[in-house]
Amino acid sequence: MTQQTDLPFPGLRDVPVADTAQTRKDFASDQEVRWCPGCGDYAVLAAVQSFLPELGLKRENIAFVSGIGCAARFPYYLDTFGMHSIHGRAPAIATGLAVARPDLSVWVVTGDGDALSIGGNHLIHTLRRNINMTILLFNNRIYGLTKGQYSPTSETGKVTKSTPMGSVDTPFNPVSLALGAEATFVARTIDSDRKHLTSVLRAAAAHRGTSLVEIYQNCPIFNDGAFEAFKDHETRDDAIVPLVHGERVRFGVGHRLGVVRDAVTGAFDVVPVAEVGVEALHVHDAHAEEPAAAFGLSRLTMPGHLDRAPIGIFRQVERPTYDDLARQQVATAVQGQGAGDLHALLHAGDIWSVT
Amino acid sequence: MTKQVLQLDRVIIRLAGDSGDGMQLTGDRFTQESAVLGNDLSTLPNFPAEIRAPAGTLHGVSSFQVHFADHDILTPGDAPDVLVAMNPAALHANLDDLPKGATVIVDTHDFTARNLSRAGYAESPLDDGALDSYAVHPIDLTALTVQAVKEFGLSRKDAARAKNMFALGLLSWLYGRPQEPTTAFIERRFAGVPEIRDANLTAFRAGWNFGETTETFAVSYEVKPAPMATGTYRNITGNTALSYGLVAAGVQAGLPVFLGSYPITPASDILHELSKHKRFGVVTFQAEDEIAGIGAALGAAFGGALGVTTTSGPGVALKSETIGLAVMLELPLLICDIQRGGPSTGLPTRTEQADLLQAMFGRNGEAPLPIVAPRSPTDCFDAALEAVRIAVTYRTPVILLSDGYLANGSEPWRLPDLASLPSISPDFATSPNHRADDGTQDFWPYLRDPKTLARPWAVPGTPGLEHRIGGLEKAEGHGSISYDPTNHDLMVRTRQAKVDGIAASIGTTEVDDPDGLARVLVLGWGSTYGPIGAAVRQVRATGERVAQAHLRHLNPFPADLGAVLRRYDRVLVPEMNLGQLSMLLRARYLVDVVGYNAVRGLPFQSGELADAIADLVRSLDDPLDARSRQHQEASPQGVRR
Repeated sequence: MTQQTDLPFPGLRDVPVADTAQTRKDFASDQEVRWCPGCGDYAVLAAVQSFLPELGLKRENIAFVSGIGCAARFPYYLDTFGMHSIHGRAPAIATGLAVARPDLSVWVVTGDGDALSIGGNHLIHTLRRNINMTILLFNNRIYGLTKGQYSPTSETGKVTKSTPMGSVDTPFNPVSLALGAEATFVARTIDSDRKHLTSVLRAAAAHRGTSLVEIYQNCPIFNDGAFEAFKDHETRDDAIVPLVHGERVRFGVGHRLGVVRDAVTGAFDVVPVAEVGVEALHVHDAHAEEPAAAFGLSRLTMPGHLDRAPIGIFRQVERPTYDDLARQQVATAVQGQGAGDLHALLHAGDIWSVT
Repeated sequence: MTKQVLQLDRVIIRLAGDSGDGMQLTGDRFTQESAVLGNDLSTLPNFPAEIRAPAGTLHGVSSFQVHFADHDILTPGDAPDVLVAMNPAALHANLDDLPKGATVIVDTHDFTARNLSRAGYAESPLDDGALDSYAVHPIDLTALTVQAVKEFGLSRKDAARAKNMFALGLLSWLYGRPQEPTTAFIERRFAGVPEIRDANLTAFRAGWNFGETTETFAVSYEVKPAPMATGTYRNITGNTALSYGLVAAGVQAGLPVFLGSYPITPASDILHELSKHKRFGVVTFQAEDEIAGIGAALGAAFGGALGVTTTSGPGVALKSETIGLAVMLELPLLICDIQRGGPSTGLPTRTEQADLLQAMFGRNGEAPLPIVAPRSPTDCFDAALEAVRIAVTYRTPVILLSDGYLANGSEPWRLPDLASLPSISPDFATSPNHRADDGTQDFWPYLRDPKTLARPWAVPGTPGLEHRIGGLEKAEGHGSISYDPTNHDLMVRTRQAKVDGIAASIGTTEVDDPDGLARVLVLGWGSTYGPIGAAVRQVRATGERVAQAHLRHLNPFPADLGAVLRRYDRVLVPEMNLGQLSMLLRARYLVDVVGYNAVRGLPFQSGELADAIADLVRSLDDPLDARSRQHQEASPQGVRR
């Protein structure tokens, strides 16, 4: 597991550390949690509340910003600074906050409709700028808050209230999208796997730049069972393709399946290990400069009903962040020319005096 | 040869050419020379939305008008005394604006059959008598320029490009302008390309010498400095003054300025200008779209910065949801709308005042916010400070309504004494503000200042003040989500009351009514101040009485505005829209104001306004004007104060 301290480029470098040990309770607000019973959001909230004390940051230096949707209520339930904003715009708002305040740990909570539909533009531009924040994308593949229309991640043919004959849209693969948008940290995890979720959160928070974490999250009301293949003991070993940096990509009951890369096309495929031998399996390199392999792995995600998908950190590379560079320009200007002098500014250029 | 020098009290010059001929630059330089000489002045750039429309066509014509005088002036002038036309299209597009007898200096170089036909001329106007009623100076400026700079070995195209400097040199001689500012400018601007620098300097001097030596110009003119208040001056455009106002506001408030913006005409220059002032801690973020621009500014405001976004009308439409969020969050935020012709893309490079109602009402729900409008290019500085004062003091988004005319127009600016700038206190919350039933201290984000109704601005990083805000309705005081009907009614009314209460901090309406006997009040807002002021002077010069007032605060209005309106028999409201302020005044005060409205994309001419004012003033003197009589009978106290 990569820790913040392992990276030469730590995400939380400028955020002050708490004086005393914290507990999960410190991060619970006084608000009653109002998601539907059985909603995957509860599990994510519990995981985040348990994880934040581990970060050990001053509570007042943590800010959660959300957009609109079921998941967007998240900030209300955390006793940090928070903003429940408007649909799709959380990454833009968090951008201003992160640029203005290097001493904050900035988190965005969003959903598949919020981030990929109405807010798609902000998501891709935040990723390419590599603003220092962690984006938790709760993907339940449905519009929950508006009561069950198909979303940009719903499988083609999805029958919903707005698509009685089945949707004709091709869905986004959020990981592929993020990699195409020049993201430096892209991971996928599952709401019900607390251990894995927490490990991904840890790495995401440690990353300096934008971390995108797609969380498969079950909506028990409008899309129940969408991720059942990953949860059912019978099927999950064959469904989850675990990505671990530096290890061969191997999965399935008895590790009988593996991932190979075609030397000519560069495409990835799942094959029985017995057919190709262990040595032929792809070794996952999350730190590869080139995103091609990470993108290829992301394509192993089933586009229709989700029977199989890679889970883990696809990509984790260093690149200067927009916010650091923007602040650096200010510092350079101040160093080079001295702090601004209003009198000098107004009197610059062609002036004349009337006496 | 010593030529005769004639004294003039004021001159209006219009320079016109292709979009690529450098007319804006030439106009700027002439303006700067005039400013340094000490004239009062006012400018009107006018350029097409196309960056480089096909050369020689009417829609590619770009012009710059400058009015300079030995006395205080308010507008760029109605009709040019002098037109410099660099090609047939420039002549054709501007000739109709010239009064008979005006001087026309024409570069004859492009008066070829092809270019004449492209400009819509069947025959050359230089030959067919079309210019008989003007004083025409046909000169092949291009050929003279190419000849003058041939020693520098430039291509013919590059050599000809210096013709604007030749024209500037000629004009500078003609009006006795100082040469030094322009030569210094050329040396600065082209420092890295010596042959271009030298060609431009040579063309400029050649133009000057041409005026001095040729017999084409028998006389030159002098416009003496205008008496101006003592102080240090510079010439400045509205967008630059607005940018400086934002920098100054950051200094006065002790807050870093964060500008989130997306390029849009005519607001982009503010983004450009602010990006130069990083040493003041100013951060400029060129966002992916208008929504992200304001979103980032709001996020920065949440973090305790001075959040600003700059745009024009179409951008305000895109930002409206975020403005509504800012109304709900009650965070300081400044939205600068540099209005342009609308609707939709409209007339991007032309001016208009048609976003007032959008600023007032262009959001879902009851979402009141303060609106401030500058009246002149230099006033953009003060208006920006005032808008920030309101935003920070009252924790509210504020819309600053400038327009294309103010943005690009310029005038001399008497630099302010920094000690006179308003102090702005962010007054961040630092400790809990509420005692819970169990005696513990906690923080209520919507517990208001009883006087201003402003809520505390508690920024992340402040221990003990962790709280959540958002677009959902808040419980008054505590700030948690509330769907309670009574609370919502209370919060809607409270947000309105907070904005209404700003009136207590903005002073009363300033009315210019010299002897207090005027029966007609002319009331304007924004950039119409100059044309209205000039028109009022013209009407008063004929012996008529008229009062003038100009609104800086469009929301809330000054507390005494209704009483002021009722004091006059008639109120004339000139606006570059179809009556938006008129609508607000009628709705608020039930006063039957008279509108004077035009949406031509150009500022009003003072002459047309003077006519409208005079007509209204005289209609009251007319015994047949039943309405006036009725008004006098109905409210005798309204006739005279």
